[in-house]
Amino acid sequence: MSGRLQPQQSLHLRRLLEVGLPLLARPYQALAEQIGADERAVLEQMQYWQTEGLFRRVGLVLKHRALGFCANAMLVLDVPDARVDEVGRRLGQAPGINLCYQRPRRLPEWRYNLFCMIHGRQREQVQAQIAALLQAHQLSELDHRVLFSNRAFKQCGGRYVRPAAPESAHG
Amino acid sequence: MNLDALSSRLIERFQHGMPLCAAPYQAMADTLDCSESELLACLHGLEQSGALSRIGPVFEHRRAGASTLVALAVPGERLEQVAAQINLYPEVNHNYSREHRYNLWFVLTGPDRPHLDRLLGQIHTATGLTPLDLPMYAAYRIDLGFSLNFPVGEVP
Repeated sequence: MSGRLQPQQSLHLRRLLEVGLPLLARPYQALAEQIGADERAVLEQMQYWQTEGLFRRVGLVLKHRALGFCANAMLVLDVPDARVDEVGRRLGQAPGINLCYQRPRRLPEWRYNLFCMIHGRQREQVQAQIAALLQAHQLSELDHRVLFSNRAFKQCGGRYVRPAAPESAHG
Repeated sequence: MNLDALSSRLIERFQHGMPLCAAPYQAMADTLDCSESELLACLHGLEQSGALSRIGPVFEHRRAGASTLVALAVPGERLEQVAAQINLYPEVNHNYSREHRYNLWFVLTGPDRPHLDRLLGQIHTATGLTPLDLPMYAAYRIDLGFSLNFPVGEVP
């Protein structure tokens, strides 16, 4: 399945990558040393994962708040099930929408099945943007809510790979 | 925060992709017409200012494992404490408070769905609150990057 690394080495590499590349001239050399492999094997493994679609992207991962994008809105809509794909595809192409996902309803607590994220610098501007968007797509009549975030308690990447000592992290 | 010209160019150019080679920072520096040490200093600066979370891959979560969006309706006076409790789980990322009865929202990631089910059970027990479990059914847009050149409403 994988490139030239042993399974344990490739798991170890994934754990290290979740934290990010070292800011050193030869980052893959540094990672290779940590997992007991050579730089070339690590690069081949990266290439393999890239081609295989394990990475959504490889690049700078930013914290939008620190860059002044403090108005972070989650727009949720209650779209009839028969229309959710069509509406999702349309909103997903609209400028200014960063993420657009369908998720399940959880009745009676939660009725919204379409989620969009919009980041902006100012709340009023984001509100206006959302109102214009809904109007342009003739969706203003749908039940919807805008949930602005007011505090970020944590912002980091996903941890998918089990820790080396399983289940010990929060026993 | 105000970004210098090199930081802005670095962000615009390399949010969505960067060279996969032995010396990527040198390759990026060549593209931006600066030196490798200037580029690394710029990345260190962004990291120290809190703007840069990390550099490297963002995993495709359907390939990398399992994930779900979780919401809790936390009584106002407990929000701080429950948020801190949730943050202790390494599987939690993007933990935000939002303006709604469901006021705490976070993403859970793990190697597989049973792992997430166990975590949801633990969170329920630890907080006494019933989590809303909202896994992704379909993605219509996935774009974690954003443009610095926002057209309207610039902050002075």
